[in-house]
Amino acid sequence: MSTYNPSNPLVRWIDHRLPMFSFMNEHLTDYPTPKNLNYFWNFGSLAGIILVVMIASGITLAMHYTAHVDYAFNSVERIMRDVNFGWMIRYIHMNGAHLFFVVVFIHIFRGLYYGSYKAPREILWMLGVAILLAMMATAFMGYVLPWGQMSFWGATVITNLFSAIPLVGEDIVIWLWGAFSVDNATLNRFFALHYLMPFVIVGLVVLHLVALHRFGSNNPIGIDVKKGSQDTIPFHPYYTIKDTFGLGVFLLVFAGLVFFAPNYLGHADNYIEANPLVTPALIVPEWYFLPFYAILRAIPDKLGGVIAMFGSIAVLFILPWLDRSPVRSATYRPLFKLFFWILVLDCILLGYVGAMPAEGIWVLLGQVGTAYYFAHFLIILPLLSKLETPKPLPTSISKPVTGGAAPAAAPAE
Amino acid sequence: MRKFVIAAAVALGLAATPQIAKAAGGVDVPSQSWAFEGVFGTIDIPAAQRGLQVYKEVCASCHGLSLMAYRNLAQIGFSEEEIKALAADYTVMDGPNDDGEMFERAAIPSDRFVSPYANEQEARAINNGAYPVDLSLIIKARADGANYLYALLTGYREEAPEGVDLMPGMYYNEYYGGNQIAMPQPLYDDFVEYSDGTQATVSQMAKDVTYFLKFAAEPSHDERKQMGIKVIIFLLVFTGLAYASMKKIWADVKK
Amino acid sequence: MAENAQTGDGGETRRDFLHLATAAMGAVGVGAVAWPFIDQMNPAKDVLALATIEVNISAIQEGQAITVSWRGKPVFIRHRTADEIEEARTVDLDDLPDPQADGDRVTKENFLILVGVCTHLGCIPLGQKTGDVKGEFGGWFCPCHGSHYDTSGRIRKGPAPANLPVPEYEFVDDTTVRLG
Repeated sequence: MSTYNPSNPLVRWIDHRLPMFSFMNEHLTDYPTPKNLNYFWNFGSLAGIILVVMIASGITLAMHYTAHVDYAFNSVERIMRDVNFGWMIRYIHMNGAHLFFVVVFIHIFRGLYYGSYKAPREILWMLGVAILLAMMATAFMGYVLPWGQMSFWGATVITNLFSAIPLVGEDIVIWLWGAFSVDNATLNRFFALHYLMPFVIVGLVVLHLVALHRFGSNNPIGIDVKKGSQDTIPFHPYYTIKDTFGLGVFLLVFAGLVFFAPNYLGHADNYIEANPLVTPALIVPEWYFLPFYAILRAIPDKLGGVIAMFGSIAVLFILPWLDRSPVRSATYRPLFKLFFWILVLDCILLGYVGAMPAEGIWVLLGQVGTAYYFAHFLIILPLLSKLETPKPLPTSISKPVTGGAAPAAAPAE
Repeated sequence: MRKFVIAAAVALGLAATPQIAKAAGGVDVPSQSWAFEGVFGTIDIPAAQRGLQVYKEVCASCHGLSLMAYRNLAQIGFSEEEIKALAADYTVMDGPNDDGEMFERAAIPSDRFVSPYANEQEARAINNGAYPVDLSLIIKARADGANYLYALLTGYREEAPEGVDLMPGMYYNEYYGGNQIAMPQPLYDDFVEYSDGTQATVSQMAKDVTYFLKFAAEPSHDERKQMGIKVIIFLLVFTGLAYASMKKIWADVKK
Repeated sequence: MAENAQTGDGGETRRDFLHLATAAMGAVGVGAVAWPFIDQMNPAKDVLALATIEVNISAIQEGQAITVSWRGKPVFIRHRTADEIEEARTVDLDDLPDPQADGDRVTKENFLILVGVCTHLGCIPLGQKTGDVKGEFGGWFCPCHGSHYDTSGRIRKGPAPANLPVPEYEFVDDTTVRLG
């Protein structure tokens, strides 16, 4: 623990018994952080702030929402029309969900680019993937709650995925529904779980931070920095102010959506109340699910599609052991960098395919995109670890690369 | 470079959304210009008032507006007395009373717009199986809702083009998915008589009722944009200050 | 947090005007955001729309009373007889636990309008229906702890500390009263 010695006697009295001030000092103030973090490192704290915004707006919405098939749709409209600032809180929650995924996706790709998943941060990375999964479950169940057409049919399609499980699939689906189709029981349990999941995410985030602070942040150069050396600066004020500025920029985008295009990212069909007898012309998941949806549809087999979809996330869990290169940052791995950008384009392609009807050229594109996605992780990365010659690494953040010394040495012990 | 690629990726992702809407709807509708467009756009109040008249005299015989209350009309400039009088023209079922019976009474401002049918089954029974949808959210429930509604209301053609077999009881509409619609053409020139002297052409009435239904779909529309402008201005100042603070604090960090 | 400045090895003091301005703006922003989240718990527009109701009193016969629900509470509207009015007017105010003249409790003397919630512990007093126990003073009687109210709704006997409250109301015309 650092030499933290508060001058205020009350603070000192409390801190002696409950060391919360020294804890905050250690982790928010003095916390040594690499001095070369670029703006992509803003997205972690940003995601944490959005989580808080989502929980605050969600709890207030829950005060007015009615989880019953006969009342859910109208209770949401009552929030939009009659509850004080209800429209604003609901639009914040709706668009906050979209931006949560934007921010987390950027956060993930930052980790991929700079090799933040590598030793000794494997568990940190895996916790992050777990957070992504929990977010997807939360978002899916939350989308069901307004009980519009897309809510209902999205719930029907996604829960039916589980029917692909051999032998017990049908029973599992009925168990999930609590009925023989998506019905009142389903809506009620989704509401209960949608309320629970964010707190599970908070728990995972705490673990994510504990793991992060074990070794500190990775950095754009990807080499280890020594705490207290020239390479680090205290978190406060340097990164508190940088995160504040980043938050301001983010809030500008957020406010732009909430106040001027609140329904831009949504589907018009979800303003039609759920009708179990009429399916919309094209059921499209929210954009953040589109790449996964494309992978699901790329496999012409029900069980295979489901396995591929879950596999696309499962493969991230074992990523630290697929990419064996000791160099973290793509800056020093020219080939890896190239394939990283191909992967980004591939994910965008999959997202686009996911939004298109499953016919014609889209089927083929979806299959190519899916194949490449898995090939990137399962074939290209392991091969690159062996074949690629990284550029010489600097020995510290402050010092540029010294001429001949090209330490291919492992950055971690 | 990297930043640009990411920005482009996000932009591409966002840009794909309308494409999806297109793919679902099928028909392209021509765009009109509306007073509520843009950052400073607001509902055109006189138009919305005329639109209410069109709704009342034309649409309301088949279409409900169940999410709107009569009191909401205060927001488009009706006085309390006018709203009371307007509500009193409708009858709502209330009760049960002390004898356990339901009774009818005149509607009051706090009531929701009275629907023409008791339930969907009755509506279908009366309309040859077709269901006239509730219009409360119609502008939000259709892709490009305002333009779509205007196009639909003005898109009727007397005769179906060559080669199109109209099914019995169906009408030809250029902008309805599949072109065959069960709703007969609702608007004809001078169908209603506007008290403000506006000429009640089909396109005028279509526009007016669209304004009214835009308001009905989102009564908070004007408030939302006005608040948004203030929020954006605040955030611009805040972010600017934070940026200056950041530059100052980081000035002593050697690269 | 600005107090923890011991690590600031920068050349300038961090607590200068610029940083204060940023922090102040941030604080204002947080405050402004807090309000909608607080205000959403206040009565919503549809609730407020029902906070004012109009009641037709033309059908209440002399000696009868009706109960209407207003803001989630029962409101007693009694069409008083001449005897009841007389009784309410002639009481010596000094004898009352909560002295108030009848004239201050009605706008039209034949119609007495009260919030029908006992001021003791919130029960609904009896006395509205013809067969009800009306208590020793011919008004209302609370069965929970035996409070007696007179024909002006004033507490006369029992544990209740105050008279039955008179809601905010006005006569729109001879037959209609607006509550709230």
